[in-house]
Amino acid sequence: MVGERPLLQAIGLTKSFGGALALDGVDLTVLPGEVHGLLGENGSGKSTLIKILAGYHTPEDGRLVVNGREVTLPLPPGQPQQLGLEFVHQDLGLVSSLTVAENLYMSEIVKPANRFFVSWSRRSDQARDVFARYGVAIDPDATIEGIRPVERALVAIVRALEGLRRATGDEPTLLVLDEPTVFLPQNEVALLFDFVRQIAGRGSSVLFVSHDLAEVRQITDRVTVLRDGRVAGSVVTADTPPRELVNLILGQELQEMAEIEQQVQTGEVVLEVRGLTTRWLHDVSFQLHPGEVLGLTGLVGSGYEDAVYAIFGAIPAEGGSLVMGGEERTVTAMTPQAAMARGIALVPGDRQNSGSIPTLPASDNINLLVLDGYFRAGRLRQGDLDANAKALMDEFDVRPPRPDLDYGSFSGGNQQKAMMAKWKQINPAVMLLHEPTQGVDVGARQQIWSMIRASTDTSSTICASSDYEQLAAICDRVGVIARGRLVGYLTGAELTKERIADYCLSSSAGASVAGMDGSGG
Amino acid sequence: MTSDQQVKSASTGPEAAGEPESPGGPRGRSLLSGKSLEALALPIAWVLVIIIFGVLRPGTFLSSANLASILASQAVLVVVSLALVIVLTAGDYDLSVAAVVGLSANLIAILNVNYGVPIGLAILVALVAGLLVGVLNGLFVVLVQIDSLIVTLGMSTFVAGIVLWISGSNTVSGISNDLVRPVIVWRMLGVPLEFYYALIIAVGVWYVFRYTPLGRRLLVVGRSREVARLSGVRVGAVRWGALAVSGVIAAFGGVLYAGTSGAAGPTSGLELLLPAFAAAFLGATTVNPGRFNAWGTVIAVYFLVTGITGLQLLGAQSYVQNIFYGAALVLAVSFSQIVRRRRAARAQ
Repeated sequence: MVGERPLLQAIGLTKSFGGALALDGVDLTVLPGEVHGLLGENGSGKSTLIKILAGYHTPEDGRLVVNGREVTLPLPPGQPQQLGLEFVHQDLGLVSSLTVAENLYMSEIVKPANRFFVSWSRRSDQARDVFARYGVAIDPDATIEGIRPVERALVAIVRALEGLRRATGDEPTLLVLDEPTVFLPQNEVALLFDFVRQIAGRGSSVLFVSHDLAEVRQITDRVTVLRDGRVAGSVVTADTPPRELVNLILGQELQEMAEIEQQVQTGEVVLEVRGLTTRWLHDVSFQLHPGEVLGLTGLVGSGYEDAVYAIFGAIPAEGGSLVMGGEERTVTAMTPQAAMARGIALVPGDRQNSGSIPTLPASDNINLLVLDGYFRAGRLRQGDLDANAKALMDEFDVRPPRPDLDYGSFSGGNQQKAMMAKWKQINPAVMLLHEPTQGVDVGARQQIWSMIRASTDTSSTICASSDYEQLAAICDRVGVIARGRLVGYLTGAELTKERIADYCLSSSAGASVAGMDGSGG
Repeated sequence: MTSDQQVKSASTGPEAAGEPESPGGPRGRSLLSGKSLEALALPIAWVLVIIIFGVLRPGTFLSSANLASILASQAVLVVVSLALVIVLTAGDYDLSVAAVVGLSANLIAILNVNYGVPIGLAILVALVAGLLVGVLNGLFVVLVQIDSLIVTLGMSTFVAGIVLWISGSNTVSGISNDLVRPVIVWRMLGVPLEFYYALIIAVGVWYVFRYTPLGRRLLVVGRSREVARLSGVRVGAVRWGALAVSGVIAAFGGVLYAGTSGAAGPTSGLELLLPAFAAAFLGATTVNPGRFNAWGTVIAVYFLVTGITGLQLLGAQSYVQNIFYGAALVLAVSFSQIVRRRRAARAQ
């Protein structure tokens, strides 16, 4: 491929937001007919780069050459399509209640060729022909919600390719797939990949944006790794061992990992989860010990957060059981009431929609679980309720300590502290947390960590989070979930931000921890 | 306040700057008084309306007979509006309340007059019928998970059809005086007793909303089913219960309806649906602004009817009623939305 004229060449792209450099002189070269990976952690600059290509962002510096022609940046609306660039984002941009054909010809609705009449029966036949051309068997008259997730992805991709064909004729094109597998079940990813290879086989290039090492290794010819807004490396995928890719992503030369603690801890068990299976998790089992803070983590899409919700009965489980106090109960039968009756509390990650009611006062939010205790002689004692809320707000340092203010008027950190206060009142034996410091300022973050550590005197905690620094700070043990399976634990000296990140990436690459040294050579 | 401020400036991070009181200038007490001014707006408007019509038509409008007739004539509407308020608080709609009034009144009339069923038993049957309608609503809303707007819209027409059928499209009059007397004839302080029955329902709703854990759960379910569910509230039971109780209370409205006119016809009660919605939403702008509440609803009913009665005394035709109720519903909802958005903006 050396000497071949690149389809797309970005040179020295630089972009900052409010003084912070998001992209710092980034080069990207995509060759005709290749599947090119764009890999990096969240915040590494992947989406900024994509948005420059799509014309959303104006770079401060840098050039863009498409098909050997220099183009001026920023790209005006419509220009990327004229140049042969099209984007499919992870949400796919389909209307789920409309049919496949209607979605495929969405542009006809927005800007019809004939103002008064669109023949949908003809469209339906055309859609069938188009799918046949791509070797895809999808019923054009089915609604989007009625087809499989991977089929939805295919519809979005075919739509993008057809749009390109209309715009450019048979010019070479570049299809950008932005995290296309995040919403796909594991067994359907292969189908998508087959299709991507087929597109590339027809000469169209694909830029495959992902944070998932395994998928990038599986599908791409070459890969460009971004780290902190810079290109950490651009390599041929097949020649690069996963160990090296992990190092490029994380920017560190990690020692070969010492033996990971996999042995089951002995001693008392507060809660045992056996064979938990949900939409994303497969056969996950673990034990929680008294006073332990157990972290659960993994990459986005690995399903690591499902466990806490399933244990509480907040999301449906497909199988598995819970053992608490010698009593075994199937997870599918769990409800929030049953969980609370067993001393399990859940502080969900989505404070605004699942954790609290922003339009009600802090007092009502904090006291929701203990109302019955304040119903005496036929009256709810509002004064006592407010005093209770005030005392808890003082104890948990919620500022300002004003139970009468609407919950939504407090800052993120104070909202989170108020939620911790709310659940502490039922004296939980097991506290389930999901991203307890998301959108929380630095000071409150430290306070919440201290609270979680302090609670180990009386309760055990499971904390689902992808914030590795947080897990390193508060957990005794961190279980890593990759592709829906619990692949191992980190403890003791291994519990550092870098180690957790490394482990998440490498285990997702499919390389078992032991297998990593083998491929490293 | 000062120590409050000091604590705050000590707190770290950019979030500390966005603390509740800072936007909007005045803080603490004055904010509260702004809120209570909002709460008093409707009662003040009501008094103004009374004064204006009192000045324009001193002889008729301010007569005690007119007052008594206004208070009593709206008792059924108060009851129906309160039934609706319970369901609205739980976050659902109940468009079948007015039809249930008709069902209840017609059952009483037909059983009592045509079949000679004792009035007490007839009332019991009517209340059970209301309960049944509510339970059926709940079945579809909670178990089958259909939008309450659709379910109760269908139920409303369904029940109205049943009424048409059982009444044979005839008005049945001559309901036992044992019902008419305690509803409209007997008076306390010059006002027929039915007004006080409505007040008793209002006290009941007020008590449950304000002083019971159930009332709080109802409110929480209405604001966020997800939060309620994750806090261990039996959301389905609460919503179902609200619809069932609404059915019973609406049926009680039908009892008062039957007692007031001593008769019931095929379309009895149907005219109450829109005024009930107008009163419920207008009531949510007062007393406890931003929440559906019992006394706000009572005040709203009488504010609306005062305006209508006054305009009619000034010579306006009956169409003024529709104009008034229709406008009140849309304006009340708009007003409460604006208030809510402003509060949300303030909360940012």
